[in-house]
Formats: sequence, structure tokens, C-alpha cells
Amino acid sequence: MNLRLTATHISKSYNGNRVLDDCSFSFDRSGTYALMGPNGCGKSTFLRICALLEEPDAGEINYLSQGHPANKDIRLRRRTTLVLPRVGVFNTTVFRNVAYGLTIRGIRRKEREERVMKVLHFVGLDEKRDQGALTLSSGETQRLGLARALVIEPEILFLDEPTASVDRKNTEIIEDIIMRMKKGGRSTVIITTHDRLQAERLADFLLVIKEGNISADRSPLSF
Amino acid sequence: MSSIVEGFGRAFSLILHLDAELLGIILLSLKVSGTALIVATLIGLPLGAFLGFRTLPLKGFIISLLNTFMGLPPVVVGLFIYLLLSRSGPFGFMALLYTPAAMIIAQTILAFPIVSSLSHSAIVAVDPIIKQASMTLGATPFQVSLTIIREARYGIMAGIIAAFGRVMAEVGAILIVGGNIAGFTRVMTTTIALETDKGNFELALALGIILLAISLAINSALHLIQKKGSAGIKR
Repeated sequence: MNLRLTATHISKSYNGNRVLDDCSFSFDRSGTYALMGPNGCGKSTFLRICALLEEPDAGEINYLSQGHPANKDIRLRRRTTLVLPRVGVFNTTVFRNVAYGLTIRGIRRKEREERVMKVLHFVGLDEKRDQGALTLSSGETQRLGLARALVIEPEILFLDEPTASVDRKNTEIIEDIIMRMKKGGRSTVIITTHDRLQAERLADFLLVIKEGNISADRSPLSF
Repeated sequence: MSSIVEGFGRAFSLILHLDAELLGIILLSLKVSGTALIVATLIGLPLGAFLGFRTLPLKGFIISLLNTFMGLPPVVVGLFIYLLLSRSGPFGFMALLYTPAAMIIAQTILAFPIVSSLSHSAIVAVDPIIKQASMTLGATPFQVSLTIIREARYGIMAGIIAAFGRVMAEVGAILIVGGNIAGFTRVMTTTIALETDKGNFELALALGIILLAISLAINSALHLIQKKGSAGIKR
């Protein structure tokens, strides 16, 4: 694992309500981590702070690259990505949405096309490449979000409730995509879910956020 | 009544036989208003974007000012530019008064608040999730801004077209600073005013019909853009 993420004493409050309280965890090993907990427990906040999308009130997020501390700059941000629960689709075609991460990195057109088509095939959207992305169903939109993240081959991939707003069939498709990503085994995936069974199906490591704190899951009936 | 019908008949005949003078007037109108629109967009869009992205101390006041300027009376703008460009004015040495350049300046001033204000509205209306999505995908702050502008493109285009409609139809400002000189600064609206004064209704009507046709084309384009832009609101 080239990139290692450590969260140290993270605290975060919104309007006086403390969501995370002295939260520490080190994602030392490659694989898939599932971050569980009921709605509103701070899973998404923790994920957004880890993905450098939000600043904590206290504590630190540190990334180690080949054992050395990495600067929290654009180069580091481009080695990770977060798929938001509401994907944030750009008002253009499916292809251009997926190509976005490559375009802003200055990847050449030919390579871009190859990589986008490969990922679209992987998530089962290859036939929709020229369709307006805003016309996709919610399940397809979620898969588009995954494709957009996968195409940039992140070393750490954060997935925030990837199946929260999709039907059963699409949940199965998305879980299958995550399972196939695991088999590829190149990145560390950190996924939040409130569904314990889903966490058990997908993850190598189960974590729980409870009362603002994160810990390895030891009590299966804790929520 | 019969003179009106007769006038329309002759007007259509003039349009069908489009002579060089009429064509020159139409082309000058399009050139002046088109150039003014390009300049107004080059100034107005970056200003609208800047106001949309940045937190400034007098931001609310500047936006209110722009909104007020959207309704600037063209004659007031014409008078203001006239005073600046007249021989005794601060820019008199440039000898721009009664030239197409002066008309372009006046129309730019009329168009730019519309482009700027409507661009600002379109940019701030973009769902904040777009900014987050582009950030998570590794965009630099500049790339994030470009992405947001691209998402606002239909609203921005609507603003540009609305500004074009305004400058194409205005007469007050260009009449004052252009002087309505035949073959040099005479455009469609000023010709209509002049020919009506002279009682030469055929030419005035012909230009009126052409102006309406252009206006209809602009509004149809606006309608199409808005329809396309509202095709999807789900993210």
C-alpha cells in the first residue's frame, strides 16, 4: 500500500452539536473498510474529513506516501477520491462525466477514451456513453459516480453510502462492482453504510462510529 | 387604413428586393450590436463569475448596482457618452463621437450589466454539489470555477441573448452618439425614427419588420436554450 491514511484525535461539531469526538484510526492495511453506524452518527463527516473535503475542528489527518508524510496539496488529493451519496452529475454526456477526472489531469484523448470505455464497461454503462447524464436513473447515476472515481485509479477510494438511494437491483449491481474492485485489489476502499449485512458482504475490516468515536467492530448487535 | 396596407405592401417589396442601402443599414446594426455584445460579454461574464465565486465586502451593493443598471435608460447612457466623447469632454481628443465606435461603447454599457447580472445569477444557482464533485475528482480551484461556469452555461447564454435583444432594439443612445449619418452610423432603429419623421413609412415599416424578425429569432433561440437547460434538474 503506497498511501497510508491516519486520523488523529479528530473532533468536529456542527452548530454546537459534537459529531466526532477525539476520533483516531490508522488505515494501515490494504483492503476494504466498512464504516458502520446509524444515520447521523458522523460517518460521512469522518469520510469527508479524511478525503480533505472538510477541515476538522481539532485533530489531524495525515497521509504517508512510501512511509513519508505527504503534503496535503492537489497532488495528494488527486491520489484519492470520494464518491458522494448525491453524485453531482455534470450536465453533459455520460462519457464526458467519466472522462472529467482524466481531462483535468491533462490525459491525452486516446488514452482517455480507452480508460473511460473500459470503466463504463466495468460498471455496465457502456451503451449509455452518449446519453445525457442527467437522464440516467438513480441507480445508473450512482454507477456513473463509481465510474467517474474508478477511471482515475485512486489509491484510496472513499464511498459515502453508495447504495443509500437506489433500488435492490442496483444495490446488487453496485455491490458486485465493489466486489470486483476488491478482486483487482489495487486500492484501499473505505465505505460508509448503515447496513450491517452489506458491510459484512463487502468489507475486510468492520469499523463502527459510536458516540463520535471510531473503533473496530466487536459487538455485532450494537445497533 | 388603405395607406397602412399599401405601406406594408411596399415594405415587403423593399425586403424582397433588398437594395444595397437597406442591406448596409442591417449589416451595420448587426455589426455594432454584435461587437458591443462581444465586448460586454468579455467584461460582464468574468465580473459575474468573480462576484459569484468570491466573498467581497460590497458584493450585495455591487449586485444591486448591476441590477439597477440593467434598466438604464438608453438616452441617459447616450448623453453620458456624448459628454465624455464630445470635443470638450475628457476623451474628445480621440474623435470618436459620431462614429460606429461610439455607438459600440454606448451599447456595451447597456449590455454589460445584463450579461454580468444574469451570469452571476446563473452561476450562484449551480448546485453546490457540483463544486464538491469536481473537487473530489481532483480539480484545481481554477478548474472548479470553469466547471461551475460550464454548468451555468444555459443561464449565461440566456443573459447574453437578452442583452443582444436590448441593444438591437435601442435607439436613444446610438442616435445621440452616432448621429444617424447616412452610410456611416445609420442603423435600423435610427432609420425607423428618421423615416417616420419624414413620412417615408415604407422603409420604416420594412426595417420594423426585419427588426421584429431578428427579435423573434433571438427569442426563439432563448426559448430553445432555456428548454435545453431545464431538460434535467436531478443531480
